[in-house]
Amino acid sequence: MPFLSSTSAPGLRLERITVTYPGHREPVLDGLDLDVDDGRLLALLGPSGCGKTTTVQVASGLLTPGRGAVYLRGTEVTRVPPEHRGAAVVFQQPMLLPHRTALDNVAFPARMRGRSHRDARTSALAHLERVGLDALADRYPRQLSGGQAQRVALARALAAEPAVLLLDEPFSALDPSLRHTMRDLLTTVQRELAVTTVLVTHDQTEAAAVADTVALLDRGGLLQQAQPADLYARPASLAVARFLGCPTALPGHVTPQGRFACPLGELDLPDAVAHRGPGHLVIRPEAVQLGTGPDTVAAVVHSVRPEGAFTALVADTAAGPVHVLLPPGRPPAPSEHVRLHLPVAHRWVVPRAG
Amino acid sequence: MRRALHSAGFALLTVWIAAPLLPLLIWAFAGRWVYPALVPQDFTLRAWDQAAAPQQQVIAATGTSLGLALTTAVTATVLGALAARGLVLYRPPAAGLVRLLLLAPVLVPPFALAVGVQEVFVRAGLSDQPAGVALVHLVPALPYTVLVMIGGYATYDVRMEQTARTLGASRSAVLRHVTLPALAPALLASATLAFLVSWSEYLMTVLVGGGVVTTLPLLLFSTAAGSGNQALTAVLGILTVAPPILLFGVGAALLRRHRAAWADAEPASSSSSAAPGIER
Repeated sequence: MPFLSSTSAPGLRLERITVTYPGHREPVLDGLDLDVDDGRLLALLGPSGCGKTTTVQVASGLLTPGRGAVYLRGTEVTRVPPEHRGAAVVFQQPMLLPHRTALDNVAFPARMRGRSHRDARTSALAHLERVGLDALADRYPRQLSGGQAQRVALARALAAEPAVLLLDEPFSALDPSLRHTMRDLLTTVQRELAVTTVLVTHDQTEAAAVADTVALLDRGGLLQQAQPADLYARPASLAVARFLGCPTALPGHVTPQGRFACPLGELDLPDAVAHRGPGHLVIRPEAVQLGTGPDTVAAVVHSVRPEGAFTALVADTAAGPVHVLLPPGRPPAPSEHVRLHLPVAHRWVVPRAG
Repeated sequence: MRRALHSAGFALLTVWIAAPLLPLLIWAFAGRWVYPALVPQDFTLRAWDQAAAPQQQVIAATGTSLGLALTTAVTATVLGALAARGLVLYRPPAAGLVRLLLLAPVLVPPFALAVGVQEVFVRAGLSDQPAGVALVHLVPALPYTVLVMIGGYATYDVRMEQTARTLGASRSAVLRHVTLPALAPALLASATLAFLVSWSEYLMTVLVGGGVVTTLPLLLFSTAAGSGNQALTAVLGILTVAPPILLFGVGAALLRRHRAAWADAEPASSSSSAAPGIER
């Protein structure tokens, strides 16, 4: 059972990885630490240029880091060449060999390990079946659609029986509807085989949809690694909150009693807020409601902008602008006076930056 | 209508190219041929017998030409592929300048180039020997191979190699299973061009070979200019023209087979963007 591991070591561990490209002064990865639990799916999320692709290159052995170490299931592989490492990569484009059929493409890894042609093809067919493409085994890559080709690429990577599967924006070139199908396929196959997987993406919805854990990367360093729900509910910093679509940040400080003091008064906080001292109150736009009554704050509508079926509203309060995402209905007009309800359960405080 | 025009144009081109070769064929087999006969009175293989005689150097020159052309085809293609790989995939600083320098031999007038090159080769002690001539044939061949291979690499994605590495392929396996098959059409075109450049090269061969290295074009020139032996000249002409034509035929057939193997029949629902960036 190649995918199972008896040890409790992480499937993939990156330790203080630093990479600087020639001719650049700033490192693209700056002392990055990353653990991926064995058999789990980690989404590596971040804006473009944050070092996601470089991380994949380092993990796969296509790039040797200037400093730091790479471990696969507890064994150091920092200088092991890619073909002996067992870290299969799938890129945004399928990168199938154009002169070989789908079946022979999937048989490629087994052939490279010295298995017989017949043997390799037999197991290749099983892998094609897993991604639902056994009927197209004899097609050449150019006879496949983009989604089909990417499924063949996934089957081929799995056929390598890798210690870790590295997916670098594998669905970004596909149509949105197809992307959803591919995500489902990925999660099904990944759970079935329990293969340690890193999915690189710039799409937070995708990350949240498929990942056991999400690692948020920015400027070559790890901002936060957490389960998707935690990442949204409890961002570790203002940068994390902002990246995940939470632009509201009201400055103030948390009192020793665990209340948030700001120009709006002293606001209650959930018990989970352990931070004390200066910080920013963050609350997701979709959690804020228009309301009346005692538990609301006064605000003046600053801007109104449609966002799909929803309406994005920015309202100025005494403590600063609050972003609101309103469900379909009749939204207030600019300069209108409104009252905002900020549910306590959705409040969170991040430390003041710097 | 369009098809008819197309066929007519094609026929015209064929005649245009083939017509000058016809007298060559006739002369090569002509026996007695006196004015005002339109065609020879009889045909013979005398000129071919003559050409086969050792003192005429025809066989030796053909061998030399073939050896030089094959060497140039392989060497110039390998060097061209390496240069193109570096220029396209790694985008070095001043890539434009490097590219210009590599193309310079076809930009400079041949005589100016040949005289300069001869000077260099004489000083380096490379003149008057086959190795020197083989080396100097690279000069006019390289621009073509570099250009063709740059085209070959333009649609090539190096991540195909990277993917193969992570799937367990060693560097040599990647070369064999990924790089060479993907670049095969360009490599074939490049080698063909380099072969032809070397095969018909005259100036560089004369200047650097110093009369010691005799190739087919050299022999053809001296026979045509000095001997008055029309039949032998025609035989030499045929020997010079035939290999390139054969080469083109074989090359075209190979390319067609290669395409057929990759393309097969297009799928019923033709979503063409199956694999962008791999191979069009």
